[in-house]
Amino acid sequence: MEASKVIHAIYNDDDILMSAVKQTRAAKHHIEEIYTPFPVHGLDKAMGLAPTRLAICAFMYGCVGLAVATLMMNFIMIEDWPQDIGGKPSFSYLENMPAFVPIMFELTVFFAAHLMVITFYLRSRMWPFKEAENPDKRTTDDHFLMEVPVHGDEKALHDFFLSTGAVEVNIVDKAH
Amino acid sequence: MYTFSSRLKIFAVILIILGIIGITFGFIDSDKSLGDVKELLASESSHGGHGEAHEAKTVAHVVKGGNDHSDNTHADDTHGALSSDNHHAEASHDDEHAEHVMHQIHNRPWSALYVAAFFFMMISLGVLAFYAIQFAAQAGWSPLLFRVMEAITYYLLPGAIIVLGVAYFAGDHIFIWMDPEMVNPQSEHYDKLVAGKQGWLNKTGFLIRGIIFIAGWCLYRFFARKFSLAQDDAEKGDIRNYKKTFRISAAFLVFFIYTESMMSWDWIMSVDPHWFSTLFGWYVFASMFVSGITVIALITMYLKSKGLLPQVNDSHIHDLAKFMFGISIFWTYLWFSQFMLIWYSNIPEEVTYFITRIEDYKLPFFGMVAMNFVFPLLLLMNSDYKRLPWFVVMAGIVILCGHYIDIFNMIMPATVGDRWFIGVPEIGSILLFAGLFILIVFTALSKAPLLPKGNPLIKESEHFHY
Repeated sequence: MEASKVIHAIYNDDDILMSAVKQTRAAKHHIEEIYTPFPVHGLDKAMGLAPTRLAICAFMYGCVGLAVATLMMNFIMIEDWPQDIGGKPSFSYLENMPAFVPIMFELTVFFAAHLMVITFYLRSRMWPFKEAENPDKRTTDDHFLMEVPVHGDEKALHDFFLSTGAVEVNIVDKAH
Repeated sequence: MYTFSSRLKIFAVILIILGIIGITFGFIDSDKSLGDVKELLASESSHGGHGEAHEAKTVAHVVKGGNDHSDNTHADDTHGALSSDNHHAEASHDDEHAEHVMHQIHNRPWSALYVAAFFFMMISLGVLAFYAIQFAAQAGWSPLLFRVMEAITYYLLPGAIIVLGVAYFAGDHIFIWMDPEMVNPQSEHYDKLVAGKQGWLNKTGFLIRGIIFIAGWCLYRFFARKFSLAQDDAEKGDIRNYKKTFRISAAFLVFFIYTESMMSWDWIMSVDPHWFSTLFGWYVFASMFVSGITVIALITMYLKSKGLLPQVNDSHIHDLAKFMFGISIFWTYLWFSQFMLIWYSNIPEEVTYFITRIEDYKLPFFGMVAMNFVFPLLLLMNSDYKRLPWFVVMAGIVILCGHYIDIFNMIMPATVGDRWFIGVPEIGSILLFAGLFILIVFTALSKAPLLPKGNPLIKESEHFHY
């Protein structure tokens, strides 16, 4: 494994960060990662990140929840033991459906919400006891950090990031 | 400035003329005497159809006769006696039934007129509530659409007066409690339950309340429009008129939520004077709100396609579509809450309301749930689709048709029962009021600049981006 170098350009304002991102993209430097203390509106668009597909996942999970609720209650209430409970018609699922709707609704929401959150955790690699991947503690408070791999002229890159308004530019060895 | 194109004007006038022809035909066609109705029923029962219930009864008698046959004693006599008895019993029943059917046939053009009149009035009222909410909430995205909303609410005064007028002149064709015989203890039509409610349900009270509702709503509309136009001419930084609208909007919303509820008892729920539901007012509100928002979206997209609202962007359409989506689900929530609570407890005095609807109106009753819930749910869930005008138009048309059927389902079962059909009188009434609506709304649109330039939030609205 070779040790490669990265540039950490640190900014203290989200507007400057946004313009720096645009300049970096225009100069065709690959942005490895950006660390911010809070969501910066439009950052993903400026970086050219692909839109999330989490909502599509949630829709499918919701469909699973609806199916689970329907199959479960159809088996329990209609097929397995169709008792007469307070005169409710248990001859077919459709006939007694209004009574099942609250559960169908809740399970749809339950599956959609929980499975989507779990998907989010897995996809963004977050779990308890996970080692934090923070290159600079100040990025959790009031600084913004852009990480760019170094190819070729270090000095020119260093000067380029200073010119984009960075308050600090560090060249760091990053072990792969 | 928008100029009312002569093509659209002619289109509206044609709609009105076709509508009047349809309604006139409806009234002429329904003018049937008891004898006509008996003939009609006789021909229907020979063709099956409505006479099925009677046929079923006859079949049961024949089976009894069949049992007699197996005994082989006086088989023919018994059978003959049974069937002749049967004829006597049904003759008197048929008279009553024919009279009942005659009333239903007479009620149909009135109800068709009333449903369509209410539907278009309700769009206008829903938009007025939406407009007031936008002001009271100081929404930053919507000021660009204020002129469209103001124009739609122009229809409220004529529309509401027509609804009240139709209700008043239709009398017991729509509202059976308006029949004085029902509250007269000497009469054979005396109805104790209706008589017990005559403190609220009487013609004078109905009219006075209706006038108060309409006056309150239109007063707000008048001043909101006046201040909105005055704000255009105000000096820069002078937002006194805006603040006035903010205040009256807040006051109006309080007034509205009370009067809307009472209006729904008076103008809709009282068609079934034996039945009551506590969340009915909200249910009607959800219906009018979503139809109103849909019409705002449709007219905005129409004007934008003509290049008249250049500042309106995708995000405005997206927001309106989100409202259409959200309020459609809210409507479904209330529809289901009302239905499920009554279905579940199954109390005879409440449940008849849904029994008549499910037995005689199966397709419209469940069809509207598909149109008002499933369709918008699936079409408008995707946020990219909410930005495509043709997609929103498609969903909007389905939502509007669905809510027409919603009102149809509220009124018709009480007035025409199983004699319903969406035919000439119904479509004629829709055309008449659609033409009137277009004529009034687009005339109002052409009276003021489409950009309310004095509004303090207009800059934010122009740059609105989601």
